Amino acid sequence: MSTTTYQQPSLQGYYGKFGGAYIPEMLHRNVEELRNRYLEIMQETSFQKEFRELLKDYVGRPTPLYLAKRLSKEFNTQIYLKREDLNHTGAHKINNTVGQILLAQRLGKKRIIAETGAGQHGVATATVCALKGVECIVYMGEKDIERQAPNVARMKMLGAKVIPATSGSKTLKDATNEAIRDWINNPNDTHYIIGSVVGPHPYPDMVAKFQSVISEEMRWQLKEKTGSELPTHVLACVGGGSNAAGAFYHFLDELSVQLIAVEAAGHGVNSGLSAATTQLGKPGVLHGSKSLVMQTEDGQVVEPHSISAGLDYPGIGPLHAHLFDSGRGEFLSATDEEALDAAFHLAKMEGIIPALETAHALAVFNQKKFKESDVVVVCLSGRGDKDLATYMKAME
Amino acid sequence: MTKIKDLFQKKNSKVLNVYCTAGYPQLDSTLKVMKALQENGADLIELGMPYSDPLADGPVIQHSSTIALANGMTIKTLFEQLKDSRREINVPVILMGYMNPVLQYGFEKFCADAASVGVDGLILPDLPEYEFETEYGAIIMKYGLDFIFLVTPETSEERIKKLDSLSTGFIYAVSSSSTTGSDKNMTDVNAYLQRLKSYGLKNPVLVGFGIKDKTTFETACAHANGAIIGTAYIKALENSKDVEKTTKEFLNHVLR
Ligand SMILES: Cc1ncc(COP(=O)(O)O)c(C=O)c1O
Repeated sequence: MSTTTYQQPSLQGYYGKFGGAYIPEMLHRNVEELRNRYLEIMQETSFQKEFRELLKDYVGRPTPLYLAKRLSKEFNTQIYLKREDLNHTGAHKINNTVGQILLAQRLGKKRIIAETGAGQHGVATATVCALKGVECIVYMGEKDIERQAPNVARMKMLGAKVIPATSGSKTLKDATNEAIRDWINNPNDTHYIIGSVVGPHPYPDMVAKFQSVISEEMRWQLKEKTGSELPTHVLACVGGGSNAAGAFYHFLDELSVQLIAVEAAGHGVNSGLSAATTQLGKPGVLHGSKSLVMQTEDGQVVEPHSISAGLDYPGIGPLHAHLFDSGRGEFLSATDEEALDAAFHLAKMEGIIPALETAHALAVFNQKKFKESDVVVVCLSGRGDKDLATYMKAME
Repeated sequence: MTKIKDLFQKKNSKVLNVYCTAGYPQLDSTLKVMKALQENGADLIELGMPYSDPLADGPVIQHSSTIALANGMTIKTLFEQLKDSRREINVPVILMGYMNPVLQYGFEKFCADAASVGVDGLILPDLPEYEFETEYGAIIMKYGLDFIFLVTPETSEERIKKLDSLSTGFIYAVSSSSTTGSDKNMTDVNAYLQRLKSYGLKNPVLVGFGIKDKTTFETACAHANGAIIGTAYIKALENSKDVEKTTKEFLNHVLR
C-alpha cells in the first residue's frame, strides 16, 4: 500500500488530484529515466557528500535564521527571516541547480537546458554549468530579456547561451514551452533543469527535495533559538512554488504548523492583471502536470501579470494545488503595490533589500494579525539587486 | 466496426492522413479544407484543435494554432462546423489536440459531442497511458471513439507492444525524436519501421513527422501502412489564396 503524505506524492507523482506526467511520447524515455533513477541517485553516499559540500562551501549554507527584532516589535509577534538571499547568486534557486547538475552528470548528460523568467534560475543554472564545465542553454521570453538585462548579462558572462522565446506571449510560460521542445528534439545528451516545483513527475518531488534543505536547517536553527523545532507559521511567496516547497517541506506533515503561501495579485485579484493562480485558476494541464492553471473558458492558458517576473506564471506546482485544495495551506495574495511597500519597509526596518518576489510574502504582515507568542518564519527567498531598476522607478 | 478499421480493411498501404489546424487559415475554412482533402486523395483527415501552448509542435503548426485562435476557433465552434460536415465528408476524421482544452470542455462531454458530430478517433499526445488506463480510456471507448497512441524511435519494444494493445485504429509512428516540422533526416527511418513491423502489432502503422513530398511519403510507405502529413500542408496553405487549388496541387505533388 502506498501512503501519500503531504510530503510524498504517489508512485505516479500525484499529490491528491494534482500531479502526474502529462507528456508527449517523445519525452517519455527521458522522464522515465529520471523517474527510475532520481531517488536512487539522490540517496547515493557520493552524491550526498558532493551535494552537501557544494551547498556548504560554494553556495554558503547554512543560511542564517535571523530574528527580525524591529519588524517583530512593530507587528507584535516573533518574525524570523530565513536568509536564502545570502546564497551564492542571491536566491534559493541555486539549491536546486546544484542538485540537478550533479544528477545530470550521473545520468551522463552533456548538455543542460533551462527556462527562466526573472533570470534568477537562469543565472543559477549557468553558474553550476560553469562550475562543472557543461554546455548551458537558457530559454528566456523575449519580453523578459528586455526587462531583466543585468541577469541576461550575467548568464552570458557565465558562458551560457540565452535563446529568446518568441512564441506566444514571450514570457516565462513560453520559455518553458521552448525548453520542453528543445528536450524533445535532443533526447539523448540533454538534461532539462526545471526551475520550480512544476513539470511532469518526478520534477515537482525532485525539486522539492533539493529545496527541502531550507526547512531542514530551519528546524535545528529554531530549536537553538526558541527551544522548539516547530514554528507556528511558515510564510513564503509562490510563483511555481519552489522556495515555498523548500520552506514547508519538513513541516508539511507537522499539522500544528500553519503554512501560508502568498501569490502575486498584480493589480488586484479581479483586475484582469493578476498572477494569483489558486484564486483564478481551474484544474488543468500545463507543462506536463495536472494542477491549477489560469485559463479561459475554452482552456487556453492566459498570460498572468505581476510586477515580479519570478511570480509571473499562470500555473502553480501540484503540491501547492493540493495544499490549497485540501486546506492544508492558507493561500493569500499581495498586489504589486503592497509588495513594493513591503520591500521598502524591510529595507528601512532591517537593512535588507529583498527581491520583489519575496516582498509579496512580507506584505502579509499588513493583512494578517499574528499573536505575540507566534513564531513566524518567512522564507526570504532572494535579494533585491536584480530589482533595483523597479525600485528606482518607485522612488521617483 | 469503426470507420477507421473499415478503411484499413479496404486499403492497407499508402494510406494518406493529412493534418490541418481547425479554423486555419480562416475560421470557416475548416470544411473547405476537409472537402478539398477528401476530393484529392486523403484517406483520413486529422483536425488540430488549436491550443495556446502546443508543446509537441514546431513553429509552423504553432503559428497556425495562434492564427486559428485569433480567428476565434474553439472546440464548441469546431463541433458546430463538423455537424454540418457529416453529409459531405465520408473519410474518417480524427481530432488531435492537447489535454487542457479538452479537460476544460469536460472530458466525457467532449467525447460524447465528438462522437455525435461524427468524429472517429482522437490523438491527445499529452494524455499518458497510466491516466488512459485508469480514467480516460473507458470514457473514450464508451463513445466508440478510436484512440491513437504515438511511438517514437526511442520507445522500447515492451512499451510499443503495450501502446499497441491500448490503441485502436492505428499507431502513430513518429519518424524521429522531434517536434512537428523538424528537418531531421529520415535516414534511420527504414530500420525503425522494420523493427515495428517485426513486432507483429495488431494495429496498422502510419508514419508522421517529416513527411512533406512524394519521396518522403514513399519512404514512409515502404515499411508502414501509410503516412501523415502536417507541417508541409500547413506551409502550403500559409500563402494560399485558394484553398481548393492549393490542396489539389499539394496532394498531386505527393501522390502522383
Ligand atoms: C527570489 C525569488 N523568489 C521566488 C521566486 C519564485 O519561484 P518559486 O515560487 O519557485 O520559489 C523567484 C523566481 O524567479 C525568485 O527569483
